[in-house]
This record gives sequence, structure tokens and C-alpha cells, in this order.
Amino acid sequence: MSARLSAAFAKGRPALVTFVTGGDPTPEATPAILDALVEGGADVIELGMPFTDPMADGPAIQQANLRSLGAGTKTADIFRIAADFRARHPDVPLVLMGYANPMTIRGPEWFAEECREAGVDGVICVDIPPEEDPELGPALRTAGISLIRLATPTTDEARLPAVLEGSSGFLYYVSVAGITGMQQAAVASIEEAMARLKAKATIPVVVGFGVRTPEQAAAFAKVADGVVVGSALVDLVGEHGSNAAGPVRDLTKALADAVYSARESA
Amino acid sequence: MTATSPANSFRNQPDERGHFGQFGGRYVAETLMPLILDLEKEYNAAKQDPAFHAEFDDLLEHYVGRPSPLYFAPRLTEELGGAQVWFKRDELNHTGAHKINNCIGQILLAIRMGKTRIIAETGAGQHGVATATVCARFGLPCVVYMGATDVARQAPNVFRMKLLGAEVVPVTAGAATLKDAMNEALRDWVANVHDTFYIIGTAAGPHPYPELVRDFQSVIGKEARAQMLARTGRLPDLLVAAIGGGSNAIGLFHPFLDDTSVKMLGVEAAGYGLDKDHAASLAGGRPGILHGNKTYLLQDEDGQIIEGHSISAGLDYPGIGPEHAWLRDVGRVDYTSVTDTEALEGFQLLCRTEGIIPALEPSHAIAAVAKVTPTMPKDCIVLVNLCGRGDKDIFSVAEHLGVKL
Repeated sequence: MSARLSAAFAKGRPALVTFVTGGDPTPEATPAILDALVEGGADVIELGMPFTDPMADGPAIQQANLRSLGAGTKTADIFRIAADFRARHPDVPLVLMGYANPMTIRGPEWFAEECREAGVDGVICVDIPPEEDPELGPALRTAGISLIRLATPTTDEARLPAVLEGSSGFLYYVSVAGITGMQQAAVASIEEAMARLKAKATIPVVVGFGVRTPEQAAAFAKVADGVVVGSALVDLVGEHGSNAAGPVRDLTKALADAVYSARESA
Repeated sequence: MTATSPANSFRNQPDERGHFGQFGGRYVAETLMPLILDLEKEYNAAKQDPAFHAEFDDLLEHYVGRPSPLYFAPRLTEELGGAQVWFKRDELNHTGAHKINNCIGQILLAIRMGKTRIIAETGAGQHGVATATVCARFGLPCVVYMGATDVARQAPNVFRMKLLGAEVVPVTAGAATLKDAMNEALRDWVANVHDTFYIIGTAAGPHPYPELVRDFQSVIGKEARAQMLARTGRLPDLLVAAIGGGSNAIGLFHPFLDDTSVKMLGVEAAGYGLDKDHAASLAGGRPGILHGNKTYLLQDEDGQIIEGHSISAGLDYPGIGPEHAWLRDVGRVDYTSVTDTEALEGFQLLCRTEGIIPALEPSHAIAAVAKVTPTMPKDCIVLVNLCGRGDKDIFSVAEHLGVKL
């Protein structure tokens, strides 16, 4: 696992993980939005790779994918955005998140090598479960890129070891059975899930899906190693377009304040 | 059955992980994975359960109307002037297409698994109608996702589904056709895994769907093989079927795969032409991952999916079932494609020569037959799957022919 990812979860407080779709609204606008996330206090940046068929995403991120592809975003643009980000922010971990087909179409080795060259720390692939790990996992591990897997409310005790096997960086707990940005889980269910996951996981566990406000983020940060916010930020990009950096920075700052101090107010 | 040993058989796919060679598999979100594994377990149990088979067979006989006839088409044969053309008449099934065979099997599985809500995607509406039908028959609520474009061009089927008590949800994303309906059905499923069964309409999607849909549809080929032997004392020389996802084709082909004398031809939709917009993923695509399986897909160099186009809403999909991808790569089945215009000619040809109005999907198979049979000797037998009837298509055919109804 990259030193950057390890360091992000070794700050003695919960981490804020933020997601935006690369190339939304345009490839040119994305760097300023990523900088705003860092300035606002995000500890880990997830950069979405746009896909024509984002089956696990709700309307907000679906629209972001369409805006990005509509602006002509190519895979090469995503890696250029990533490499430029790495040059500007040598210490902030960057994770690519997306779907299997754009990641594997030129072969997993090609993708893993591009990630390595661009300074990407980890990859989240929505539709490659442990059962299909050979499609991507070995190439990423060889290149030293963390494969970050998802665990969900349907991931039972029997399955959890398979999910953890070969994954690194952090475990992404999907708080509700559903698509991104739609519903929010009850805090009690997150507490129960965290206890279950952390009993087995040797890597940090973050919670995402449906976290929109600083209050919600703080509630989850009390029990998790980190909290992921995506759709709420993507909505700001949808609303403000190329001028989204300011609003994105403000929301990230509010989220960061809430997450950093979540356990102090407990 | 032929004497081919299992090791050399084309009929022992997929492997235990759901792969047909490099194709197939289970490329789904983690939320769905436990359910997919449950379904696999339940399907394997059902396969061993005589009571499951008995109920399936009983419903096919008394509710669907099987076996469907095997019909020799004398005037079409005469007009084409070559090999004999025979049809497997699956358009005579209850609901008017082969789709119901699979829906019967899947709803029995859903009930075995204790699921209380059914969802489905549909393109032409035939699978939606078949799903709504079995839901009414078994008293389960049904939600059908259908691209808004298809809702507009298949209005009669939309009304049928509503009459049968289904909720039809128009999907406006993308080109608003079958691919987008499938995305939306998957989003529903992932949010409702606890009580919902997804009845996938074609032999595609994550394992075990390609296998179980094929098995349920194989009743077509099993019947046809026995009927042909009983009627002619021999096997056909060539099987022909249209392919969108490919469930009617695999249903016909699979029981014949180890009959080495039987050639097979799958017919994809070439739309406006292979150099323009089309839905022929074998002819114009390459391997990739979408909707839970690896298969040939229409896509660009970055792996972004390209919308399919066909006059037939049922073939308008940028992928194909993974077993067809494998059968093409191992060379057991040949695949060709015909354009919208050729399919319309096939449609009219069958109406005129045999008094049968076919759906636009098998009209593609008929167009291919019109090309290939004249080159074959008269003692050869070509068996075509007539997988759906054309009542649903008369409005769009009229429009394409410039006729105002």
C-alpha cells in the first residue's frame, strides 16, 4: 500500500474521502475542483472515471458521467488530470473509481502501468467482485497500486475474508444496499457493521453512499475510520459548472470540520 | 443424443465459475454478489429436483401451449428455389414469442427463493409482456423497465403489460432503449435485493443467468430435434435464428451443438449497415465487460459503450450473450447480419408466401434464409426459429413502408 494512503489514515482522527467525476463538467475544469477538495481539507481524493453505463450510480453521478463524456473526456484525459494532480500535490492520496470496461479494455497491465506512472495510489472498480479478481487485481498488485474493494450490507461473515483477500489501502463500506447518493443508513446499522468489519479487517474502513451533510458525516465518522462524500459534491459541480471550485471548497471545509472533530464531541 | 464424449462436447459450458472460455463471468457490484451466489445454488438444486421440472413442463404444456409445431413452409421453399425451409413455430406460444419459456422457469425459481417482487427489462416489450404474464399468473407484483424510445415504438405491448397489472417505468437515460432499461433494472435490484427477483430476458448478464436462460429456452431445440427426426427421419442441415442477446438462438442451437452434421447460423441486426449505426456486436464489436458479463460489445477505444441501432427493438442492444461469443470464437456457429431494409423484405416475404406475420426479430432470420437457401441443394433442410409474431410490429412496419394506418 502507498505511504500516502497509510498516512491519510494515521492522523489520529477520522479521514474525509471525497469523490468527483473526472472531466465534469470538462477536463479543463477538473484540476481546480480537485485543488478545492484539497484546500477544503479532504484527506483522500477519489477521481471518477466516466462511463456510459454507470449502473451503480444514482442520478447525480449518472449526470456527471454524461456531462464528462459529453465534454469529450477520454481515458487519456483522466490520466493527465491524475499526473498533474500528483505534481501539484505530492502527498495527497489519489484513487481512481469507475467501472470494469474502461479499466480493462486495453488490458489490466496497461491500466496498472498508467496508474503507476500517473501517481495513482489506489483503484476502486465497482463491477469486479473478488470472484473476477484476475481481470484486474494481479496487475494492480504487481504495479504496487492498492485494489480497494467494496463491502456492503449483504457481505456476510462467510464472504468477508474473500473481499479482504488481495485488497489494500482501505475497505469501502457501502452503507446501504442501493445506488450512490440516494438513501442514508441509520447510524446504528453503521455501528454494527463497523464492529463486524473491523474485527476482520487489518486496513482502515471508510463509510460511503448517501452521506450528504456535515452532520451525517460526523455521525458516521464517530464509528468509522473515514467517511466518503460524493453525490453532494457532484451536485455542486452540476449546479455551478466551471465555477464549482468555490462552492466545492466551502462544502469540503464544512465536511472536514465535522469529520475531524467527530469523536471529540462524542 | 450423439456419442460425443463430454470432454469434447460443446454442451458442457460454462465452467463452475460461469465462464464460457474467456466470456461470461460475474461482473457485478458487491451488493448483488451474495444474491447471485444464492441464485446459482438454488438453480443447481432446482435442476436436480424432479418436482421443479414437472411444474415447468406442466406450465409449458398447458399454459404456454407447447410443444410448438414444426412447420414445413412449401411456398417459401418454392419461391427461394433451394433447400427446404422449416419453421419452429414459437410465435404461437402464449404471449406470442419464445420469451415466455424463460419467464416460466425464472418465476418458479423466484418462488423457490421466497422472493415476493419481480423486476424485468424489456426492449420490444415481448419479454416485458411475458414477465407481466407470469407475474399475473402467480400473483406477484411486477415492475418493467423500458427505454422511453421503445415505449413510443411498442405502444401495444406497453398497454398489454399494464392490462396484466405491471408497472411500466420509461427510462430516459442514454438512447432510452434496451441497454438503458437494463441499467435501470440493475439499479432497482441493488436497492431491493432482499425481496426482489430480476427476471433477465436474454441469455446474458452475470452467471448463472446465461446458463439458466439457455436451459429454459432449450425446450425449443429439444422439441425441434425430436420433431424433425420423427417427421423426416433425419437432422436438419442448417439452423438459423436471429440474435439480439441471443436467447432464442441458443435455445434452438444448444441441443444440436454436438450433432456435427448440423451447421448453425446466428443473424445479428446490421441496422442501417455495418459501416453505419447497427446492433451487430459480433461483426462490429470486441470483447469487453457490461451488465455482469464479458462478451463482444459495441464500444469505442476507451471502452465506452456505443448505442446499438436496429429497426427491431428486440435486437437493439450493443452486446450479445456470452455463449454466442464463445461459440463464434471456437467456430462452432457462424454468424452473419442483415440490415433493417433486408429484414423488412423478409417480413413481407413470409407474410406473402406463408400467411404468417413474423415479428421483426425473426424477420432478420428469414432475410438470411432468403440469401442462403437458394445456394443449397433441394434435399437439404433449413430449420428457422420463428421466435415471435408480428402483431406488435405492424405499426412500425407501416411507418417504414410509408403507409398511414
